[in-house]
Amino acid sequence: MGQQMNFQVVLLAGGVSKQLFPLVSKELPKALLPLGNKPLLSYTLEQLESSNLKSIIVVVAGEDVAEQIRAWISGAYDDRLSVESVTVAEDAGTADALRAVASRLTAEHILVISGDLVCDIPLGAIAATHCRKKASMTALLCALQVAGTSDGSSGSTGKEKAKQQSSNDVIGLDPSHEFLTFMASAARIDKQLQIQRSIVRAFGRVELHTDLVDDHLYVFKRTILQEVLEGCPGIRSIKEELVPYLIRSQLRSNPTIQSKPLTENGGEQFERKIAPNQLVKSPLEQASLLGAQANNMKCCAYIVNKDRYCARVNSVQSFIDVNQDVAGERAVHLTGYDISRSNNVIHPTSKLGYKSTVGPHCMLGEGSEMGDKCSIKRSVVGRHCRIGSGVKIMNSVVMDHVTIDDGCIVQGSVICNNAHLQERVTLKDCQVGAAYIVSGEHQGEALAKRDKN
Amino acid sequence: MDSRRGSRFVIDPKIRQVGFVPAGCESENPNASSAVAAIANVDVNPTSDSPSPVMIPPRLADPLPRAAPLPVPSPPPRKHTSVEIPLQGSYNPTDSVLGTSPPFSPASNGRYAGVPSSEGPDLSPSFVSRASSAMEGMSLREDHLGSPSASRFATVGEYAMFKQQQPQQPATAVTKVYASSLPQEPVQSFAPVGKEDSSKPLKERTTKAERRAKQEADREAKRIAKESAGAKVVEGEARASSNVVGKASRAQSQKKDSASEKRLSAVEKASEKEKKKEIPAPRMQFDDQSRVAKAKKRALIEQTETKHRVELFRHLPQFVYGAQLPSLEAKFFHDDAMHPHPAVYQVGLQYLTGDITGGNARCIAMLSAFKELIKDYCTPRERTLIRDLTARVNNNVSFLTTCRPLCISMGNAIRFLKTRIAKLQLTLSESDAKSLIIAEIDRFMQEKINYADNEITKLAVTKIKDGDVILTYGSSCVVETIILHAFSLGKKFRVVIVDSRPKLEGKGLLRRLLGRGISCTYSHINAVTYIIQEVNKVFLGASSILSNGTVYSRVGSASVAMVANAFHVPVMICCETYKFHERVQLDSICFNELGDPDALVKIPGRKGLSELEGWSQSSHLKLLNLMYDVMPADYVSMIITELGMVPPTSVPVILREYRKDPILENFATFGKDSNPIKFFRASLEYYRAC
Repeated sequence: MGQQMNFQVVLLAGGVSKQLFPLVSKELPKALLPLGNKPLLSYTLEQLESSNLKSIIVVVAGEDVAEQIRAWISGAYDDRLSVESVTVAEDAGTADALRAVASRLTAEHILVISGDLVCDIPLGAIAATHCRKKASMTALLCALQVAGTSDGSSGSTGKEKAKQQSSNDVIGLDPSHEFLTFMASAARIDKQLQIQRSIVRAFGRVELHTDLVDDHLYVFKRTILQEVLEGCPGIRSIKEELVPYLIRSQLRSNPTIQSKPLTENGGEQFERKIAPNQLVKSPLEQASLLGAQANNMKCCAYIVNKDRYCARVNSVQSFIDVNQDVAGERAVHLTGYDISRSNNVIHPTSKLGYKSTVGPHCMLGEGSEMGDKCSIKRSVVGRHCRIGSGVKIMNSVVMDHVTIDDGCIVQGSVICNNAHLQERVTLKDCQVGAAYIVSGEHQGEALAKRDKN
Repeated sequence: MDSRRGSRFVIDPKIRQVGFVPAGCESENPNASSAVAAIANVDVNPTSDSPSPVMIPPRLADPLPRAAPLPVPSPPPRKHTSVEIPLQGSYNPTDSVLGTSPPFSPASNGRYAGVPSSEGPDLSPSFVSRASSAMEGMSLREDHLGSPSASRFATVGEYAMFKQQQPQQPATAVTKVYASSLPQEPVQSFAPVGKEDSSKPLKERTTKAERRAKQEADREAKRIAKESAGAKVVEGEARASSNVVGKASRAQSQKKDSASEKRLSAVEKASEKEKKKEIPAPRMQFDDQSRVAKAKKRALIEQTETKHRVELFRHLPQFVYGAQLPSLEAKFFHDDAMHPHPAVYQVGLQYLTGDITGGNARCIAMLSAFKELIKDYCTPRERTLIRDLTARVNNNVSFLTTCRPLCISMGNAIRFLKTRIAKLQLTLSESDAKSLIIAEIDRFMQEKINYADNEITKLAVTKIKDGDVILTYGSSCVVETIILHAFSLGKKFRVVIVDSRPKLEGKGLLRRLLGRGISCTYSHINAVTYIIQEVNKVFLGASSILSNGTVYSRVGSASVAMVANAFHVPVMICCETYKFHERVQLDSICFNELGDPDALVKIPGRKGLSELEGWSQSSHLKLLNLMYDVMPADYVSMIITELGMVPPTSVPVILREYRKDPILENFATFGKDSNPIKFFRASLEYYRAC
């Protein structure tokens, strides 16, 4: 459905992400990465379902991955969603993915959502904003979440902050925070940032934000999307090329298309014989903004409320952070688990040894066993893990079927399926690949079998 | 509820003074003329709720002791007579009997069988309805109850019943005086019906026990009346059961009257039905809690009403603005049967957020959305297009209403659309019917809005001379086109734009005029008395013009017009005729729209001002952001419509003639064969002839 409101959904599920190496592999694509012991894609699918958007086009990169995802979706959502999956090449960009499905798009508006988005924003709100403004594109912007603001933050926070500072997008908004006036993605910014004077002239005032993140959820007008995708074959990425292109083209007034000032005509078919002209330089701030509105191209922004949860899983650190959030009160409602009184989720079949403690923001999966005197803080432990005595796990994610022997200390790390930590292993900020056997002491390393990549 | 009643007590007299009462009328002079007495009575009466003489429906069996005024002129309360009479009896009937004073029981006046009044605790609603149905034939003449005890009668019908028996009672002396005094009374007056008398001596005369006894007797009598109406029996029983003085005679009189009553009621019912058709649908009063609760259940949007509502404006819808949009957005993708059409939904959102403002723009947006709706419509099985489509349109209209109250012009457009749907020939195929209605909508937009605007522009431009200084208030699109057109004709004039907070709509107009190179002066309404001195013409737009010439427009227009009038500057109102309405409105209280009170708090460009911040926490502070006001016809020099430039007194004429517009009728009857363009041309010629 959703057709009722003339919407179609394209879900970009991705493939094997390079950023998340060694967490993901051909066997475990990014979309199926367990987040709070549920596949990552399920969050997006469930959100779509709750918004009554039940027919979805899923675009997956890579044949093998597509096969896995298809199998998983048909198993889990067979009766609830009608999912159509499309495969693109592994190295295809996001815009390429859209191009691959362009022929299947029929509805007036296209909702493009990234599979790694974990949020509880009502999609209807974004769609409503898009419709209301008669925009050609609407992007979801989210305030930058400063990672690890709360108590248990470790040294990783500082590092993370530094990383963010260098890699922030620059997003320009008009004073009313409704229209996008400028966007430069972090990857494309050199030391200097040039902003054309025409932008400022058209909008009167432009606010540049580096505290906002583009969260890879867009609503496009189909006609414009198809036109641009066809007309500019050079565009490969939505965020880095397509969106900035659309924002730039706002300024280009199109003489062939008649302007439609909203407050005057409302309806399309009425052309007042004296049409108010556009883009007048005037002393009033509001004035020129309205001039820009008169243009047929409008790029809107939907800025997420502070009380909503919105995060993307696109790096190892964000994977750990989102896992913690999902295990705590902040975003546990997304998982559908019941949270215990001590602010954590412990599966009833899991066994805790003598004097073992599980702190807040923790999740303990089905059938996991813990030895004596263990302590787990702000970590997610998957299903059927065996944890020996005296193990300390902090700020980490332990996936399914992992064996951790006695006396290990795991901090800020991700341990993938079937890995084995031998006795007295100390890990700090490490990523352990699937079925890897660890011994000794490691810090800040990615430990994985070197068979692929 | 009780607390509200209490406060009402204090505030209501103010309403009267705003709306109706000329200065000095509030004195309770018992010897004043009946008209004044009526007003005074209204004044004093704490229970009468709304001052509006029009369109407020009576509520049957309303638990609140509030009397809703009728839309029809009803006879004045006869307070003065009650004072003239020496009151001795235990109970003083104050009014005439149906049979004894025929000139004063016009059947047509008894449109409403029931009039709300406070009822005894033992009066169940079912009883009330029974009483009213039994007494439908009775006239409503007993509008002015003789004593506070009268408030115990659930309906006037019941009361009339009681009255009927009075001549036979020992206390008839009183009644006779009444009967004789009746002919001198003016029949037409806008007095609310069902008032309690406020004269003190009367109050003291009847004790509680007596009143109870009267009531008992009355009810008994009514029961008998009902029975005897069906089959003329049970007198004996009535007598047996009666234990009050005068019962027997009453029962006899009952027998006599019931036949004539029946006859009357048949006639009346017919006329009543006819009249009811003419009454516009009652507008919801938002201080009626039960109705609000009901409406809430139906509404798609979850609305929470604002806590601090200004007392006078409680009957108007006022919701917490922040709460509406998210709830609407959350339901964006839902699709049930009640879900509005996407285009309508979009327009509703735009209304809610203020993306579309202005009477014409809103109307066009709505009609365009309805066009989409009709295009996508297909009749469900086993239903007829006419009925189902009307229901669908109603559904969507009510959705739009929850987004923002409709303005009068939109109401007119909807009425137009619905009559067109209703008049469709049953034989038409679905696609034909759809295309016909779409053509009708197009024609309406073209003719009534677009063409009308052009015509108004042409007419109004003739009023602009070289060297003129034109003042306009806010931003009206018609006025804007007039100014631009006059400028393009090479006329040399200056424009003064007067604006006001919080919307500052004039800024947009200023920008557009400046863009054309028209010399402008921008000022706020505070300075209007100063700036008016250099102005020699005032052009204003209007949301609606009512049949008494009152102009209903953006709040502040009335002040501008008043100032202009005081300075002898002609005020010209530019308004399309489709915005005219038959309603009569004397104040801007009964019908208005409340804007977002928070808009008053925010002052653009001055972030330091935070006096009003967190105002909703304070129980002493209430903010009022009125959207419209009412400009009396006295201030209006001329109304420029597409039919010509007319004085405000001609509005009812236009309304009347407009109704039987030959072209409109022709078009409707010609059906699908007619060519819209041909008709457009014909209408052009017709209007030119006008």
